[in-house]
Amino acid sequence: MRLRSMPISARIGLAGIMLVALCAIFAPLIAPYSESAVVGEVWAPMGGDFILGTDNLGRDLLSRLIYGARATLFVALAATLLSFSIGMTLSFTAVVSGGIVDQVLSRLNDLLMSIPALILALIVLAVLPQNIGILIVVMAAIDSTRVYRIGRAVALDVSVMDYVEAAWLRGEGKLWIIFREILPNTLAPLLGEFGLRFAFSILFLSTLSFLGLGIQPPVADWGGMVKDNKEGIIFGVSAALAPGAAIAFLVICVNLVVDWLINATASLKGARGDA
Amino acid sequence: MSAQEETVSGQPGNQMSAARRGAPAPAAGRAARSKNSLGYLIARRMALGIALLFAASMLIFGGVEALPGDFATTYLGQEATPQAVANIREELGLDRPMTERYLSWLGGILQGDFGTSWSNHNSVGEQIWKRLSDSLLLAGVSALISIPLAIGLGMIAVLYRNRIPDKVISILSLAAISLPEFFIGYLLIQFFTVQLGISEFPATVYDGMSLGERLSAIVLPVATLVTVVLAHMMRMTRSAILNVMSSAYVETAELKGLSALRIIAEHAAPNAVAPVVTVIALNLAALVVGVVVVEVVFVYPGIGQYMVDAVTVRDMPVVQGCGLLFAAIYIVLNMVADIVSILANPRLRHPR
Repeated sequence: MRLRSMPISARIGLAGIMLVALCAIFAPLIAPYSESAVVGEVWAPMGGDFILGTDNLGRDLLSRLIYGARATLFVALAATLLSFSIGMTLSFTAVVSGGIVDQVLSRLNDLLMSIPALILALIVLAVLPQNIGILIVVMAAIDSTRVYRIGRAVALDVSVMDYVEAAWLRGEGKLWIIFREILPNTLAPLLGEFGLRFAFSILFLSTLSFLGLGIQPPVADWGGMVKDNKEGIIFGVSAALAPGAAIAFLVICVNLVVDWLINATASLKGARGDA
Repeated sequence: MSAQEETVSGQPGNQMSAARRGAPAPAAGRAARSKNSLGYLIARRMALGIALLFAASMLIFGGVEALPGDFATTYLGQEATPQAVANIREELGLDRPMTERYLSWLGGILQGDFGTSWSNHNSVGEQIWKRLSDSLLLAGVSALISIPLAIGLGMIAVLYRNRIPDKVISILSLAAISLPEFFIGYLLIQFFTVQLGISEFPATVYDGMSLGERLSAIVLPVATLVTVVLAHMMRMTRSAILNVMSSAYVETAELKGLSALRIIAEHAAPNAVAPVVTVIALNLAALVVGVVVVEVVFVYPGIGQYMVDAVTVRDMPVVQGCGLLFAAIYIVLNMVADIVSILANPRLRHPR
């Protein structure tokens, strides 16, 4: 997994992610207009003062797109990080403890996974007040069930290794086993998984925002921008397509990097073939 | 989108592993044969499915109640007087204990009665049944198109592994799984409706429309769903078949000099049935959920649109009813996938 051996596709992906990240970090410096200022007429065409035109309220589309990178990237990343913290902690605890703890956690996880993620999110968000913190927690909680499943499988493989046995016999505690024995040896496969979950989080967040349940206006985020401008499509206004393309661009870039990560870590296992 | 999470969760056969792990250890001395008989395994998997369904109904009803936020206050808004809140609680039956309400809710649903909507006081069950057939039409047509296409393309990808056709297929499918459903939908609308003017938007269907008219109305939503599901299904089919092809017994068959046809027919195909069927069932489940977004994009009067509308106005009976229905379809499809895998793969009949 050296950077030198990175294929061209993964390099493109990485460059794309960096571009979006730079937009998010330096949004106020890059954006020609402010996020929420009405600067022109409604749905002005591309070109002239507004490179991508204006949106349904007359705000500059390009500026909102740049600011939108902030909300989209931040919420998706925060949700993924939180879901990994929850999922990995619980799954490793389940593996190390075994017995009833494992059974209870795993059955609860099966139950949560038996309801489709989007449906579960719709039900929960119908009750809870709408703000970014709650949105992140809900997304993370739902996603952590998927992390738990894979984390448990990976940790189970590691936990039967001789060096873990040796650590138990030395008299190490559960925390040592989790953080010093299992965690370092599961990081490689979980890294690829992290990328996949991140890509999924971006799509999930965008879908929720598109349905009007994600990030609330006036904060710009890409899914919400599609929702704002969707009425324009039939009149031939393509303002809804730009944020949609931005989501697609970011997710493709993440997936390109993930493909490389998974291939690079899979070769460590020494399996035959290329499945 | 949900399909992606299935690819991600690694092993298809979602709940199967649960069934296996949850198996009680065979009592010593008891005939192991009866424990592993096909009928017993299938019955146990079905029992697990029903148990999951019940647990899911409790989660959908009870979990929602456990969350912070009072329905009556949400219903009336923050400025409501305490008296008004008390009145509405009584009217909606919220003053009764939770278990009692849960049991009457579940009892009603078992008889097809989903309660009445809070926002317009219509029967939820009536709406659900009316819209369900429209949604199933959408999902069904998409499935009929995408399943044969996905398996065919998946096999082509395996056949030409690492050559041009495989590369093209894998690049296109990577792009397709990276696009949000609504973006694909709007792209199709932009191209076919706005630029070419050859298809309709919104995709409205109404009572009294003939099947042919309905089918022509849903061309674009179906195309959207097919694009989304096809990419996932193809990738999963490809890796399921490759997985079998790169196993030790296929290598052995190769090394002892069998012809490619015999290897595929006798060794690979029987072992590939189970994973491919699992792939299909998982994607059907994803399709049912994908319907939610596609219906909103195309303003199609199905059950997904109904649920999303209800969520925005916090109409809980509708949300819970639709949620349970989606969960039920998902659980049943997963159960069918597991049962087919048990039937197709004798090794799963001997849980360790």
